[in-house]
Amino acid sequence: MDILDLTAVDLGRKIKAGEITVREATEAALRQIKRREPVLNSYVTVDEEGALKRADQVQEQIDKGEAASPLAGVPVALKDNLCTEGILTTCSSKILANFKPTYTAEAVINLQKAGAVVLGKTNMDEFAMGSTTETSAFGATKNPWNEDHVPGGSSGGSCSAVASGECFYALGSDTGGSIRQPSSFCGVVGLKPTYGTVSRYGLIAYGSSLDQIGPIARSVEDCAVILETIASYDFKDSTSVARKDKDFLSALADDVKGMKIGIPRDYFGEGLDKEVRDCVLKAAEVLKDRGAVIEEFDLGMVKYAIPAYYVIASAEASSNLSRFDGVKYGYRTKEYEGLHHMYKKSRSEGFGEEVKRRIMLGSFVLSSGYYDAYYLKALRTKALIKNAFDRAFSRYDLILGPTAPSTAPKLGVSLSDPLKMYLGDIYTISVNLAGLPAISVPCGQDSRGLPVGMQLIADCFQEKKLIRAAYAYEQSDDGQRGRRAGGQRNE
Amino acid sequence: MSKSYETVIGLEVHVELATKTKIFCGCSTEFGGAPNTHTCPVCTGMPGSLPVLNKQVVEYALAVGLAANCQINQYCKFDRKNYFYPDNPQNYQISQLYLPICHDGWVEIDTASGKKRIGIHEIHMEEDAGKLIHDEWEDCSLVDYNRSGVPLIEIVSEPDMRSADEAIAYLEKLRLIIQYLGASDCKLQEGSMRADVNLSVRETGTAEFGTRTEMKNLNSFKAIARAIEGERNRQIELLEDGRKVVQETRRWDDNKESSHAMRSKEDAQDYRYFPDPDLVPVMISDEWIAQIKARQPELRTEKLARYQEEYKLPLYDAEILTASKHLADIFEETVALCKKPKEVSNWLMTETMRLLKEREQEAEDISFSPVNLAKLVELVEKNVINRTVARTVFEAVFADDVDPMQVVEEKGLKVVNDEGALQKTVEEIIAANPQSVADFKAGKQKAMGFIVGQVMRTMKGKADPAMVNKLVREALEKK
Repeated sequence: MDILDLTAVDLGRKIKAGEITVREATEAALRQIKRREPVLNSYVTVDEEGALKRADQVQEQIDKGEAASPLAGVPVALKDNLCTEGILTTCSSKILANFKPTYTAEAVINLQKAGAVVLGKTNMDEFAMGSTTETSAFGATKNPWNEDHVPGGSSGGSCSAVASGECFYALGSDTGGSIRQPSSFCGVVGLKPTYGTVSRYGLIAYGSSLDQIGPIARSVEDCAVILETIASYDFKDSTSVARKDKDFLSALADDVKGMKIGIPRDYFGEGLDKEVRDCVLKAAEVLKDRGAVIEEFDLGMVKYAIPAYYVIASAEASSNLSRFDGVKYGYRTKEYEGLHHMYKKSRSEGFGEEVKRRIMLGSFVLSSGYYDAYYLKALRTKALIKNAFDRAFSRYDLILGPTAPSTAPKLGVSLSDPLKMYLGDIYTISVNLAGLPAISVPCGQDSRGLPVGMQLIADCFQEKKLIRAAYAYEQSDDGQRGRRAGGQRNE
Repeated sequence: MSKSYETVIGLEVHVELATKTKIFCGCSTEFGGAPNTHTCPVCTGMPGSLPVLNKQVVEYALAVGLAANCQINQYCKFDRKNYFYPDNPQNYQISQLYLPICHDGWVEIDTASGKKRIGIHEIHMEEDAGKLIHDEWEDCSLVDYNRSGVPLIEIVSEPDMRSADEAIAYLEKLRLIIQYLGASDCKLQEGSMRADVNLSVRETGTAEFGTRTEMKNLNSFKAIARAIEGERNRQIELLEDGRKVVQETRRWDDNKESSHAMRSKEDAQDYRYFPDPDLVPVMISDEWIAQIKARQPELRTEKLARYQEEYKLPLYDAEILTASKHLADIFEETVALCKKPKEVSNWLMTETMRLLKEREQEAEDISFSPVNLAKLVELVEKNVINRTVARTVFEAVFADDVDPMQVVEEKGLKVVNDEGALQKTVEEIIAANPQSVADFKAGKQKAMGFIVGQVMRTMKGKADPAMVNKLVREALEKK
């Protein structure tokens, strides 16, 4: 048995049983990082020294019986927009290339309390803006299944690291699909929780009303355990919700009998790759065979999600990113004359193309004279999208569809056509606009051997339904085949 | 001037609220402190930090709004005002534009031209900015974020005022209400109350408003009055010359008593306001409003009545003492210690007011403690010092809040009522002034006053006047 084949929960069990030490697990992941990083570039920062030191500390706690969490001693990777005290937190941007926070994100603190060993910080699209991890200032991440392809994004580094054995699980953030889409492209499980479930304190904001931190792992069980660990009410985040139903592990039952699952016809129309479509519909059949009631329906409003999202997310981003000005921290241009020149030059040199595009778009839609026509209209659209989901969830427990219209595209293709890249978010984006939870589960591969993901969407606070259905699917033969990306790490 | 003009004034008043902590984080709002010591990731706008609303800010804003007869937006929100400047660490200010907490209220003012209601357009909550300090020596600018995130309310009036008198009366009224509510100390000089003046002129009888300007940098009521007069005259001159008033923001220079344009409407920034997604809407229930109303402290009218009733003070005293919440507080605390309302009132109304005027200060600037004033009252009461000396001692108390007994001891100001010592001085003075003795004998009572005065002077004012009087009379009558 290879340590790297284990899920996070299995590794945690073996560590508790004394079969594997925390140091062995950490060293195994670090070795894999050394082996694979020259090609994959999943990480921006690897904290080898800190991880080993921490491994010994956690081992001591486990030996004393002080670390009860299933995740105690399991090495994790964190997306580089999660603040970590004393460790570089760059958002994969030149403008934050030297930024070391003095505080740690609440979700990460929750992991640390559970005995997590942080290996390092993963690559992402700059400020989480992109769907391929190619907009990173530190170079693109490659898809471990095929290095000519992108891993998806923006949490591409986290997903690639999980798929390639460079860590046992990871945290990502999801504003318009940034956990689910790269999970789909990398053949791993990614869950975006209901807005407000995981504290955003310490997550460097992109679109504040849409951002949510979530788990990326090799199994549904792992995702349930991680979510249970990171979810918490946090008074430091005004949008945080005090939930009493965080016992997500209780939903790990292989039982979907009578569960009503709706398949939106509008998710299977033009633009959907045929192979993806076939894999997802086959997965629906599997759930049907296990007792779920599957029905087609019209969701509605689908085509309005992308424009509404790009208006709202860009508007918020244009304001959220204004603090990066070269005054207090981060990149400052070398030569300048006066304050405004310093602002302009620092920001022009510090931000990449995609970030600048969205800052300009966001500034435009908030400008006087355009606010009503764009921003307010987008907010009204958002409300209508939520209504459409409310109608659907009055009839169905879950909505099932593809996570993305295609498998991972080749490197470079998306950058040349941003509009096409935006359209790739069509199935994930409306979930954020409505604040819903959703999960992407591997459900097969296309003819080129690239993974396909199925997305399950639930009503607000119904993560348990997601977990139950995803777990039931994962237990099937198809589910087991789709799950493992282990073969992708030993090249 | 051939035509007659009417001045139209509206005021935007910023008030720093008296909360212990900042509006969106737990940092102290205390004044002073080494630069950037009252800061945290939230009020320095660090990435990943999030604001959490201080409930006390809402309560103060509500209290002021209710006292100013406002309607309350029971569903109110915060918006971001986007602009780049280093005193603003996030490069946006969290404020309220679309749904401010209070709107459509009024306060009544009373001027020489009678009573009048001044409308309040709205009151909104927002955060203060940090402070920029330019270091000429190093040729660089430094930022202190201690004030960043200190809570403010902005009270926007309707353009209902027609003269500097009315504007000042409105400001004084607002200040009094806010001070009485304990929502702020409202010190103009320290900037805890700041007013911007919007002013336009129009020919008397015209229905439409003229083009207005906004005047900034007004640090005292007097400066505001001067700025209003100055701007009124400037605009009238322009119109009389057949020129136009330009809509612009102007900066008042109170030393030069003139203003200069800062920016015109054309270069006005687009602040790209939008609802702050990091904060949830503030829901204000009927119960909450009722609680704030029930908790409303004694306001001035009630205090006036109580001072006359409880302390038996004349209306005149009561009016002066209650014209400032700070003064009224000092009065009540001092009386609680020494139980001499009229005495305390006298010290506050005469000596205190005289010294404030000399120093061009206001009642809010009084810094001595009630304990020391009470001690002084007692020293006089027990005849440890006489009233003349007490005035000197009071000056020291007023200036440095010192213990009056300490001043008396250090300077040796105790009343001399040692009869033997006084007797000797009296005899010396009488011997040196035979003419006065003769005058006294001739029936001129004034002559005795002269002798007493000479004795007091020789004793450097420390003698007990009653005893000196007695001894001088006895000595003169013996002659």
